[in-house]
Amino acid sequence: MAEYPNRRDLVRALLEDRGELMVIAGLGASAWDITAIGDTPRNLPLWGGMGGAAMMGLGLALAQPSAKVLVITGDGEMLMALGAMATIAVQKPKNLSIVVLDNEHYSETGNQETATKHGVDLAAMARGAGLKEARTLTSLAEVPALRAQIHAGAGTVFAVTKIAPGNLPLVLPPRDGAILQARFREALLGPAAHHQL
Amino acid sequence: MDREKLEMRPDAAAEWPDGIYAALKANGITQVALVPDAGHSRLIKRCLADNKMTVVTLTTEEEGVAMLCGAWLGGVKGVLLMQSSGVGNCINMLSLSHIHRTPLPMIVTMRGDFAEFNPAQIPMGQATQTVLEAMGTIVHRADRPEDVAATVDATLRLAFNTFRPAATLLGQRLIGAKTFGKD
Repeated sequence: MAEYPNRRDLVRALLEDRGELMVIAGLGASAWDITAIGDTPRNLPLWGGMGGAAMMGLGLALAQPSAKVLVITGDGEMLMALGAMATIAVQKPKNLSIVVLDNEHYSETGNQETATKHGVDLAAMARGAGLKEARTLTSLAEVPALRAQIHAGAGTVFAVTKIAPGNLPLVLPPRDGAILQARFREALLGPAAHHQL
Repeated sequence: MDREKLEMRPDAAAEWPDGIYAALKANGITQVALVPDAGHSRLIKRCLADNKMTVVTLTTEEEGVAMLCGAWLGGVKGVLLMQSSGVGNCINMLSLSHIHRTPLPMIVTMRGDFAEFNPAQIPMGQATQTVLEAMGTIVHRADRPEDVAATVDATLRLAFNTFRPAATLLGQRLIGAKTFGKD
Protein backbone atom coordinates (compact mmCIF):
# COMPACT_ATOMS: atom_id res chain seq x y z
CA MET A 1 0.00 0.00 0.00
CA ALA A 2 1.27 3.45 -0.86
CA GLU A 3 2.18 5.70 2.02
CA TYR A 4 -0.41 8.14 3.21
CA PRO A 5 0.29 11.81 2.40
CA ASN A 6 2.37 14.13 4.52
CA ARG A 7 -0.06 16.23 6.55
CA ARG A 8 1.31 19.59 5.39
CA ASP A 9 1.18 18.57 1.74
CA LEU A 10 -2.43 17.64 2.28
CA VAL A 11 -3.34 20.87 4.06
CA ARG A 12 -1.47 22.89 1.44
CA ALA A 13 -3.52 21.26 -1.31
CA LEU A 14 -6.71 21.76 0.65
CA LEU A 15 -6.05 25.47 1.20
CA GLU A 16 -4.85 26.27 -2.31
CA ASP A 17 -6.49 29.44 -3.67
CA ARG A 18 -8.57 29.53 -0.51
CA GLY A 19 -10.04 32.94 -1.23
CA GLU A 20 -12.28 34.05 1.61
CA LEU A 21 -12.50 30.62 3.23
CA MET A 22 -12.73 30.89 7.03
CA VAL A 23 -10.64 28.16 8.66
CA ILE A 24 -10.83 26.86 12.23
CA ALA A 25 -8.14 24.37 13.24
CA GLY A 26 -8.21 22.01 16.19
CA LEU A 27 -5.52 22.38 18.81
CA GLY A 28 -2.09 20.91 18.24
CA ALA A 29 -0.76 19.70 14.93
CA SER A 30 -3.76 20.90 12.89
CA ALA A 31 -3.19 24.43 14.18
CA TRP A 32 0.52 24.23 13.35
CA ASP A 33 -0.36 22.92 9.88
CA ILE A 34 -2.63 25.80 8.84
CA THR A 35 -0.07 28.22 10.24
CA ALA A 36 2.76 26.58 8.29
CA ILE A 37 0.78 26.99 5.07
CA GLY A 38 0.25 30.68 5.85
CA ASP A 39 -0.94 32.56 8.89
CA THR A 40 -3.82 34.89 8.03
CA PRO A 41 -6.63 36.64 9.92
CA ARG A 42 -9.01 34.13 8.31
CA ASN A 43 -7.36 31.37 10.38
CA LEU A 44 -8.58 30.55 13.87
CA PRO A 45 -6.04 28.07 15.22
CA LEU A 46 -7.22 26.74 18.58
CA TRP A 47 -4.88 26.51 21.57
CA GLY A 48 -7.40 24.79 23.83
CA GLY A 49 -10.93 23.47 24.09
CA MET A 50 -10.16 19.97 22.82
CA GLY A 51 -13.30 18.55 21.22
CA GLY A 52 -14.71 21.95 20.34
CA ALA A 53 -13.45 22.61 16.82
CA ALA A 54 -16.36 21.15 14.86
CA MET A 55 -18.96 22.81 17.07
CA MET A 56 -17.20 26.14 16.78
CA GLY A 57 -17.47 25.66 13.04
CA LEU A 58 -21.19 24.98 13.38
CA GLY A 59 -21.79 28.17 15.37
CA LEU A 60 -19.93 30.20 12.78
CA ALA A 61 -21.56 28.52 9.80
CA LEU A 62 -25.04 29.12 11.22
CA ALA A 63 -24.15 32.72 12.05
CA GLN A 64 -22.81 33.52 8.58
CA PRO A 65 -24.57 31.39 5.95
CA SER A 66 -22.84 33.23 3.12
CA ALA A 67 -19.33 32.48 4.43
CA LYS A 68 -17.59 29.19 3.68
CA VAL A 69 -16.35 27.58 6.89
CA LEU A 70 -13.73 24.83 7.02
CA VAL A 71 -12.81 23.01 10.21
CA ILE A 72 -9.52 21.12 10.05
CA THR A 73 -8.83 18.89 13.01
CA GLY A 74 -7.18 15.68 14.09
CA ASP A 75 -8.58 12.22 14.76
CA GLY A 76 -7.98 12.57 18.50
CA GLU A 77 -9.84 15.86 18.67
CA MET A 78 -12.73 14.53 16.57
CA LEU A 79 -12.99 11.37 18.68
CA MET A 80 -13.71 13.68 21.61
CA ALA A 81 -16.68 15.18 19.75
CA LEU A 82 -18.60 12.20 18.39
CA GLY A 83 -21.84 13.59 19.74
CA ALA A 84 -21.20 16.77 17.78
CA MET A 85 -21.58 14.72 14.62
CA ALA A 86 -25.24 14.24 15.55
CA THR A 87 -25.72 17.87 16.54
CA ILE A 88 -24.17 19.09 13.28
CA ALA A 89 -25.97 16.55 11.09
CA VAL A 90 -29.34 17.73 12.41
CA GLN A 91 -28.49 21.34 11.43
CA LYS A 92 -26.55 20.37 8.29
CA PRO A 93 -25.42 23.83 7.14
CA LYS A 94 -24.35 23.81 3.48
CA ASN A 95 -21.45 26.17 4.16
CA LEU A 96 -19.70 23.96 6.73
CA SER A 97 -16.95 21.47 5.94
CA ILE A 98 -15.09 19.30 8.43
CA VAL A 99 -11.84 17.63 7.41
CA VAL A 100 -10.26 15.24 9.89
CA LEU A 101 -6.52 14.70 9.48
CA ASP A 102 -6.29 11.10 10.62
CA ASN A 103 -2.81 9.83 11.45
CA GLU A 104 -4.21 7.28 13.92
CA HIS A 105 -2.08 8.73 16.70
CA TYR A 106 -2.00 11.41 19.37
CA SER A 107 1.03 13.00 17.81
CA GLU A 108 1.47 15.85 20.30
CA THR A 109 1.71 13.65 23.36
CA GLY A 110 4.12 10.92 22.35
CA ASN A 111 2.43 9.20 19.41
CA GLN A 112 0.09 7.02 21.38
CA GLU A 113 -2.39 5.18 19.17
CA THR A 114 -5.91 6.54 18.78
CA ALA A 115 -9.03 4.44 18.31
CA THR A 116 -8.85 4.94 14.54
CA LYS A 117 -5.67 2.84 14.59
CA HIS A 118 -7.85 0.00 15.80
CA GLY A 119 -10.57 0.21 13.21
CA VAL A 120 -12.82 2.99 14.46
CA ASP A 121 -14.11 4.61 11.27
CA LEU A 122 -14.92 8.29 11.74
CA ALA A 123 -16.47 8.64 8.28
CA ALA A 124 -18.80 5.71 8.97
CA MET A 125 -19.76 7.28 12.28
CA ALA A 126 -20.49 10.57 10.54
CA ARG A 127 -22.65 8.76 7.98
CA GLY A 128 -24.45 7.08 10.82
CA ALA A 129 -25.10 10.47 12.34
CA GLY A 130 -26.68 11.64 9.10
CA LEU A 131 -23.82 13.17 7.12
CA LYS A 132 -24.49 10.74 4.29
CA GLU A 133 -21.68 11.84 1.99
CA ALA A 134 -18.94 11.45 4.60
CA ARG A 135 -15.96 9.60 3.17
CA THR A 136 -12.32 8.72 3.72
CA LEU A 137 -9.53 9.93 1.42
CA THR A 138 -6.18 8.19 1.24
CA SER A 139 -4.24 10.14 -1.40
CA LEU A 140 -3.40 13.69 -2.44
CA ALA A 141 -5.02 13.01 -5.81
CA GLU A 142 -8.43 13.07 -4.13
CA VAL A 143 -7.95 16.51 -2.53
CA PRO A 144 -8.91 18.77 -5.48
CA ALA A 145 -12.41 17.28 -5.63
CA LEU A 146 -12.82 17.75 -1.88
CA ARG A 147 -11.54 21.31 -2.16
CA ALA A 148 -14.05 22.05 -4.92
CA GLN A 149 -16.85 20.67 -2.78
CA ILE A 150 -15.82 22.89 0.15
CA HIS A 151 -15.83 26.01 -2.02
CA ALA A 152 -19.12 25.05 -3.70
CA GLY A 153 -20.96 25.21 -0.40
CA ALA A 154 -22.28 21.73 -1.06
CA GLY A 155 -22.16 20.63 2.53
CA THR A 156 -22.25 19.69 5.17
CA VAL A 157 -18.98 18.12 3.99
CA PHE A 158 -17.31 15.58 6.26
CA ALA A 159 -14.08 13.97 5.09
CA VAL A 160 -11.46 11.91 6.86
CA THR A 161 -8.06 12.23 5.22
CA LYS A 162 -5.57 9.54 6.14
CA ILE A 163 -2.11 11.04 6.67
CA ALA A 164 1.28 9.68 7.59
CA PRO A 165 2.08 9.69 11.30
CA GLY A 166 5.01 11.63 12.71
CA ASN A 167 5.72 15.11 13.96
CA LEU A 168 6.75 18.00 11.74
CA PRO A 169 8.52 21.19 12.86
CA LEU A 170 6.35 23.41 15.04
CA VAL A 171 5.04 26.50 13.27
CA LEU A 172 3.22 28.41 15.97
CA PRO A 173 0.44 30.93 15.36
CA PRO A 174 -0.01 33.95 17.66
CA ARG A 175 -0.68 32.63 21.14
CA ASP A 176 -3.11 35.30 22.33
CA GLY A 177 -6.61 34.03 21.63
CA ALA A 178 -8.08 37.52 21.93
CA ILE A 179 -5.97 38.63 18.98
CA LEU A 180 -6.86 35.52 16.99
CA GLN A 181 -10.56 36.10 17.56
CA ALA A 182 -10.48 39.84 16.95
CA ARG A 183 -8.55 39.63 13.70
CA PHE A 184 -10.79 36.81 12.46
CA ARG A 185 -13.93 38.81 13.23
CA GLU A 186 -12.51 41.88 11.54
CA ALA A 187 -11.63 39.89 8.42
CA LEU A 188 -15.17 38.55 8.25
CA LEU A 189 -17.24 41.46 9.55
CA GLY A 190 -15.06 44.50 8.93
CA PRO A 191 -13.86 47.02 11.52
CA ALA A 192 -17.41 47.31 12.84
CA ALA A 193 -16.77 43.95 14.54
CA HIS A 194 -14.88 45.78 17.27
CA HIS A 195 -17.88 47.96 18.05
CA GLN A 196 -20.52 45.25 18.15
CA LEU A 197 -22.94 45.63 21.02
CA MET B 1 -43.42 6.47 42.40
CA ASP B 2 -45.11 9.56 41.02
CA ARG B 3 -43.41 11.37 38.23
CA GLU B 4 -43.91 14.72 39.94
CA LYS B 5 -41.54 13.65 42.67
CA LEU B 6 -38.79 13.11 40.12
CA GLU B 7 -39.31 16.12 37.91
CA MET B 8 -39.10 19.72 38.94
CA ARG B 9 -40.55 22.18 36.53
CA PRO B 10 -42.35 25.47 36.77
CA ASP B 11 -46.08 25.53 37.02
CA ALA B 12 -47.43 25.89 33.49
CA ALA B 13 -48.95 29.20 34.50
CA ALA B 14 -45.65 30.63 35.79
CA GLU B 15 -44.74 33.55 33.57
CA TRP B 16 -41.12 34.17 34.50
CA PRO B 17 -39.83 32.13 31.49
CA ASP B 18 -41.50 34.75 29.30
CA GLY B 19 -39.39 37.35 31.09
CA ILE B 20 -36.26 35.42 30.10
CA TYR B 21 -37.47 35.26 26.51
CA ALA B 22 -38.08 39.01 26.51
CA ALA B 23 -34.56 39.60 27.86
CA LEU B 24 -33.08 37.40 25.11
CA LYS B 25 -34.97 39.39 22.49
CA ALA B 26 -34.01 42.75 24.00
CA ASN B 27 -30.34 41.73 23.92
CA GLY B 28 -30.39 40.53 20.32
CA ILE B 29 -29.88 36.83 21.03
CA THR B 30 -30.44 34.75 17.88
CA GLN B 31 -28.63 31.46 18.58
CA VAL B 32 -29.95 29.27 21.37
CA ALA B 33 -27.88 26.21 22.29
CA LEU B 34 -29.44 23.83 24.76
CA VAL B 35 -29.69 20.50 26.42
CA PRO B 36 -33.32 20.37 27.51
CA ASP B 37 -34.39 20.67 31.12
CA ALA B 38 -37.92 20.58 32.42
CA GLY B 39 -37.30 23.95 34.06
CA HIS B 40 -36.58 25.50 30.67
CA SER B 41 -39.44 23.85 28.79
CA ARG B 42 -41.65 26.95 28.43
CA LEU B 43 -38.69 29.11 27.37
CA ILE B 44 -37.58 26.47 24.84
CA LYS B 45 -41.06 26.49 23.31
CA ARG B 46 -40.95 30.26 22.97
CA CYS B 47 -37.53 30.08 21.29
CA LEU B 48 -38.60 27.29 18.92
CA ALA B 49 -41.63 29.33 17.88
CA ASP B 50 -39.42 32.32 17.02
CA ASN B 51 -38.23 32.17 13.41
CA LYS B 52 -35.50 34.71 14.16
CA MET B 53 -33.89 32.28 16.59
CA THR B 54 -31.77 29.29 15.60
CA VAL B 55 -32.28 26.65 18.27
CA VAL B 56 -29.69 23.89 18.42
CA THR B 57 -30.21 20.86 20.64
CA LEU B 58 -26.84 19.58 21.81
CA THR B 59 -25.77 16.09 22.78
CA THR B 60 -23.72 17.52 25.65
CA GLU B 61 -23.47 21.00 27.06
CA GLU B 62 -19.81 21.63 26.24
CA GLU B 63 -20.77 21.60 22.58
CA GLY B 64 -22.77 24.73 23.29
CA VAL B 65 -19.78 26.57 24.69
CA ALA B 66 -17.80 25.92 21.52
CA MET B 67 -20.81 26.71 19.32
CA LEU B 68 -21.38 30.10 20.92
CA CYS B 69 -17.69 30.92 20.49
CA GLY B 70 -18.20 30.18 16.80
CA ALA B 71 -21.36 32.28 16.65
CA TRP B 72 -19.48 35.26 18.07
CA LEU B 73 -16.74 34.75 15.48
CA GLY B 74 -19.56 35.34 13.00
CA GLY B 75 -20.95 38.37 14.83
CA VAL B 76 -23.97 36.56 16.23
CA LYS B 77 -25.05 36.53 19.86
CA GLY B 78 -26.16 33.31 21.50
CA VAL B 79 -27.09 31.85 24.84
CA LEU B 80 -26.59 28.41 26.42
CA LEU B 81 -29.55 26.91 28.31
CA MET B 82 -28.92 23.92 30.54
CA GLN B 83 -29.53 22.22 33.84
CA SER B 84 -27.01 22.51 36.67
CA SER B 85 -25.68 19.01 36.00
CA GLY B 86 -24.66 20.18 32.52
CA VAL B 87 -22.34 22.80 34.00
CA GLY B 88 -20.01 19.98 34.97
CA ASN B 89 -19.78 18.96 31.32
CA CYS B 90 -18.61 22.44 30.30
CA ILE B 91 -15.60 22.96 32.54
CA ASN B 92 -12.62 22.72 30.21
CA MET B 93 -14.48 24.14 27.22
CA LEU B 94 -15.09 27.35 29.19
CA SER B 95 -11.38 28.00 28.65
CA LEU B 96 -12.27 29.13 25.14
CA SER B 97 -14.32 32.03 26.42
CA HIS B 98 -11.33 33.23 28.45
CA ILE B 99 -8.58 32.77 25.92
CA HIS B 100 -10.59 34.40 23.12
CA ARG B 101 -12.51 36.86 25.32
CA THR B 102 -15.80 35.57 23.95
CA PRO B 103 -19.10 36.67 25.49
CA LEU B 104 -20.70 33.52 26.88
CA PRO B 105 -24.04 33.83 28.68
CA MET B 106 -25.54 30.76 30.34
CA ILE B 107 -28.94 30.29 31.94
CA VAL B 108 -28.89 27.36 34.32
CA THR B 109 -31.89 25.69 35.93
CA MET B 110 -30.86 24.32 39.31
CA ARG B 111 -31.25 20.81 40.64
CA GLY B 112 -29.71 19.44 43.80
CA ASP B 113 -30.73 22.71 45.38
CA PHE B 114 -33.80 23.75 47.40
CA ALA B 115 -35.81 20.70 48.63
CA GLU B 116 -34.30 18.25 46.14
CA PHE B 117 -35.74 14.74 46.10
CA ASN B 118 -33.09 12.90 44.06
CA PRO B 119 -29.77 12.20 45.83
CA ALA B 120 -27.99 11.93 42.49
CA GLN B 121 -28.65 15.61 41.79
CA ILE B 122 -26.95 16.83 44.95
CA PRO B 123 -23.21 16.54 44.15
CA MET B 124 -23.26 18.56 40.95
CA GLY B 125 -26.07 20.85 42.03
CA GLN B 126 -24.18 21.87 45.16
CA ALA B 127 -20.98 22.34 43.13
CA THR B 128 -22.51 24.28 40.25
CA GLN B 129 -21.81 27.83 41.39
CA THR B 130 -18.33 26.92 42.71
CA VAL B 131 -17.41 25.23 39.45
CA LEU B 132 -18.59 28.14 37.33
CA GLU B 133 -16.74 30.62 39.51
CA ALA B 134 -13.62 28.45 39.49
CA MET B 135 -13.70 28.87 35.72
CA GLY B 136 -13.97 32.62 36.01
CA THR B 137 -17.69 32.93 35.36
CA ILE B 138 -19.67 35.76 36.94
CA VAL B 139 -22.65 34.11 38.61
CA HIS B 140 -25.99 35.61 39.60
CA ARG B 141 -28.88 33.74 41.19
CA ALA B 142 -32.59 34.28 40.94
CA ASP B 143 -34.80 32.52 43.45
CA ARG B 144 -37.97 34.61 43.13
CA PRO B 145 -40.07 35.07 39.99
CA GLU B 146 -39.87 38.85 40.17
CA ASP B 147 -36.05 38.73 40.01
CA VAL B 148 -35.69 36.51 36.97
CA ALA B 149 -35.93 38.93 34.05
CA ALA B 150 -33.61 41.54 35.55
CA THR B 151 -31.06 38.90 36.57
CA VAL B 152 -30.96 37.33 33.14
CA ASP B 153 -30.72 40.77 31.55
CA ALA B 154 -27.75 41.57 33.81
CA THR B 155 -26.06 38.31 32.86
CA LEU B 156 -26.47 39.00 29.15
CA ARG B 157 -25.14 42.54 29.54
CA LEU B 158 -22.14 41.40 31.56
CA ALA B 159 -21.27 38.72 29.02
CA PHE B 160 -21.56 40.88 25.91
CA ASN B 161 -20.36 44.20 27.31
CA THR B 162 -17.34 42.78 29.12
CA PHE B 163 -16.47 39.71 26.96
CA ARG B 164 -16.59 36.86 29.43
CA PRO B 165 -18.63 33.92 30.67
CA ALA B 166 -21.57 34.89 32.87
CA ALA B 167 -24.39 32.78 34.26
CA THR B 168 -27.78 33.12 35.86
CA LEU B 169 -28.71 30.24 38.14
CA LEU B 170 -32.46 29.78 38.43
CA GLY B 171 -32.94 28.36 41.90
CA GLN B 172 -34.98 25.27 42.60
CA ARG B 173 -37.19 27.28 44.92
CA LEU B 174 -38.26 29.20 41.84
CA ILE B 175 -38.64 26.17 39.59
CA GLY B 176 -39.80 23.61 42.07
CA ALA B 177 -43.57 23.59 41.67
CA LYS B 178 -44.87 20.09 41.19
CA THR B 179 -46.48 19.50 37.85
CA PHE B 180 -48.90 16.66 38.57
CA GLY B 181 -48.59 15.53 34.99
CA LYS B 182 -49.32 18.94 33.50
CA ASP B 183 -46.78 20.29 31.05
